[in-house]
Amino acid sequence: MIFDDFDPREDKVFRIIGNEGEVLHKEFLPELDDETIVKAYKSMLYARVADNMAVSFQRQGRMFTYPLNNGHEAIHIAAGMIMRDEDWLAPAFRELGVMLAKGVSLKEIFLYYMGNEEGSNFKKANHVLPICISIGSQFLHATGIGYSIKYQKKDEVVFPFIGDGGTSEGDFSEALNFGGVWKVPVVYTIQNNQYAISVPVHRQTKSINLAVKSYGFGIPGIKVDGNDFFAMYVAYKVAHEYARAGKGAVLIEALTYRKGAHTTSDDPSKYRTKEEEQEWDKTDPVKRLKKYIDNKGIWKEDEDKLIEEFKITIENQFVEAEEHTAYHLDDVFKHMYVDMPDDLKRQKANYEQFLTWKENRK
Amino acid sequence: MSVMTIVQAINNALDIMLEEDKTVVVYGEDVGVEGGVFRVTEGLQKKHGEERVFDTPIAESAIVGAGLGMALSGLRPVVELQFDGFTYPAFNQIISNVSRMNNRSRGMYKVPMVIRFPYGGGINALEHHSESPEALYAHIPGLKVVIPSTPHDAKGLLIAAIESNDPVVFMEPKRIYRAIKQEVADGKFSIPIGKAKVLTEGTDVTVVAFGAMIRECQKAIVMAKEAGISVELIDLRTIYPIDRETITESIKKTGRFVIVAEANESFSVGAELMAIANEEAFLYLEAPPKRVMGFDTIVPLAKGEPLYMITPDRIFYEIERTVKF
Repeated sequence: MIFDDFDPREDKVFRIIGNEGEVLHKEFLPELDDETIVKAYKSMLYARVADNMAVSFQRQGRMFTYPLNNGHEAIHIAAGMIMRDEDWLAPAFRELGVMLAKGVSLKEIFLYYMGNEEGSNFKKANHVLPICISIGSQFLHATGIGYSIKYQKKDEVVFPFIGDGGTSEGDFSEALNFGGVWKVPVVYTIQNNQYAISVPVHRQTKSINLAVKSYGFGIPGIKVDGNDFFAMYVAYKVAHEYARAGKGAVLIEALTYRKGAHTTSDDPSKYRTKEEEQEWDKTDPVKRLKKYIDNKGIWKEDEDKLIEEFKITIENQFVEAEEHTAYHLDDVFKHMYVDMPDDLKRQKANYEQFLTWKENRK
Repeated sequence: MSVMTIVQAINNALDIMLEEDKTVVVYGEDVGVEGGVFRVTEGLQKKHGEERVFDTPIAESAIVGAGLGMALSGLRPVVELQFDGFTYPAFNQIISNVSRMNNRSRGMYKVPMVIRFPYGGGINALEHHSESPEALYAHIPGLKVVIPSTPHDAKGLLIAAIESNDPVVFMEPKRIYRAIKQEVADGKFSIPIGKAKVLTEGTDVTVVAFGAMIRECQKAIVMAKEAGISVELIDLRTIYPIDRETITESIKKTGRFVIVAEANESFSVGAELMAIANEEAFLYLEAPPKRVMGFDTIVPLAKGEPLYMITPDRIFYEIERTVKF
C-alpha cells in the first residue's frame, strides 16, 4: 500500500507527475481514460475561474468576505471524483471544488458569501455539512458520523477537511484519537497550504510534517503532493477502499500553496515575498495537469473559448444568487429551534410593532 | 495629545506597557509579524522583539492556558483571541482555571492576565465574527470584564487591565475600531476598572449602554431632543464589577430606565441591570424599565444583520414609549 511505501516518518512525499506534467512514477499512474482526465481538468479549471470571479465580485462590492481557493484544485477535484453520492463531506471553508463536485451549487456558495444563511442549505447535494469556520471542529463531527456509519452498518465514508493551522487545535488531535480508537471509515485531509492567515506552517508545528501526526493515534498517514492531481486521486482511491473495507481511518496531508490571500480581507504582502509565490507557482496544479494533457495530446478544444463559456455560467449563477428572495424578519427566527419558544415569538412581535411605528412615522 | 482611533489607542497602551514593564508579553494568532487581523498590534513585534510579541499556532485553549502558566510565574501576558466567536475553545481554561486560580490557591497564585478580543456585529462579517458574549464572561466569578467605547477609555482601561492583579477580559468593539477619532493624552494614564461614566446629563430617562452601542445611543439622543426628551446617557465601561452606584443614582433622578446592548436579551447584562433597577431604585421607577437588545438568535449573516442590529430609531422608539408610559 502507498501508505507503507511513502512513510511520513521518513518525510516521503507521494508524487506521480512533475511540474512539467512529466510522469515520474508510471507504476502509480491511475488507469483513467483520456476523457476522464480531461473532465477532471475541466472541473479544476471551472473551480479556478469561479474562484477568481468570486474575488472580483467581492471587489465590486457585490459579495462580502470570501476565502480564496486558488491553488487547491487538484485536491478538491480528486476527492470529488472518488466521493460517491452517499459519502459525507465535512468541509472547513476552503473546499470550493469538492463542494461543487458533491453537488453544491455555485449559486448557494455565492449566496452564503453574500451573507445569506440559505446558502448553507444545499438543496441538491447529499451529505454535505455547512462550511465550518470554527477551526477544526468539523474533524470531530466527521468522526461521529464515522461512528454512526459503522453502527448502522452503512457503506459510506466521511471526508473531513482541515487546514495546516487547524491541526494545532485540540479538536484535530481529539478527532484523530477517537477515530483511531473507534476505527471509523473516515479519510481525514489536511490541506497544508503553508499559511494560517499570516503564520507559516513551520511556526505552527515543530513536526517534520503533518501526516506523521497520524502515527501518534495509531492510524496510517501519507504526505501527498497536493498539486499533483494523479497523486491525490490515487491517495483518495486507496484511502476510500481502506475505509470501505472496514480497516479504519487514514490521514492525508495534501501539500499545496494558498496562492491567494487568506480571504479578501487579507494582504499576503505583509508576511511573504513575491519570490516565494513565484517559486510555488511553478507547481501550480491546474497548469501541471494541463501540461500532462498537452504532452499526451489528448485534448484539442479551445481553452479560451471554454473559459468564456464558464464565465457566462458562473455569472448567471451569481446573478441568480443576487436575485434570491429578500431576507425577511422570519428568516432571522425560523430556524433557531425546531419548536420556536414563546419568548422568541414575543421578541419578533415586538419588533414588528416597532416596524409599524417606523412605517407610520415616514 | 494625539488624535487616535480605538485601534491606535490600544496599540499605544500596549506599547507603553511593553516599554515600561518587562514582564508584559503580547501574543496570539497573527499578532506578531502581521500585527493582528485588525492591525491592533502592528509594529509592536518590530519594536519589542519576537520574545515579547509573537504569533502562536491556532489553539485558543493553549493561548489562554499557557497564559495562565505565565501569569502565575512572573509574567503579565496580554493575549489576543482573534474574534468573539473564536474565544469558546478557550472557555474551559477561562472558567475552570484562569478565573479561579487565585481562589483555589488561597491567594498564592495571582493571575495578572488580560484576554483581549474584538467583539460585536455590524461589519458584514462571516459566521462566528459578530458575537457579543459579555454575559458569558461576566457570569464567571473571578473575572473582570471591560468594554471601552472611545479611544481615550480604551487606552486608560487597557493600562488598568494590564496592571490589574486579577484576570481581565477586555472586549473591543470592532465596529468602531476606526470609526471614532479622539484626542488621547500621550504617555501613561489609567482609568479605574469598575467605574461607569455619565456621558450626557439628562432628566427624563436614563439610558445605559456600552461599546459600539454608545454611538447609536448618541444618535437616538438627538432624535429624543427633537421630541423634547432629556436623556441621561451612561457608558458602563466595565461590565463586571458593575457600577451600581452611578446607575442607581441616575435612575433615582430620572425615574425611567432603558438599557441598550446588542447581545441576546435573555440572561444578559441587560437582565442584571434590570435587577439593579429593581433592587436599588424600585420605588423611584415611573415606568417599567426597558431593554433594547438583540433577539435570542444567532446574529444573522450580512443580509439579515440589519434586522438584528440595534438602530438609533429603535432606541428612540423605546425611549419615547418609556417616557410616555
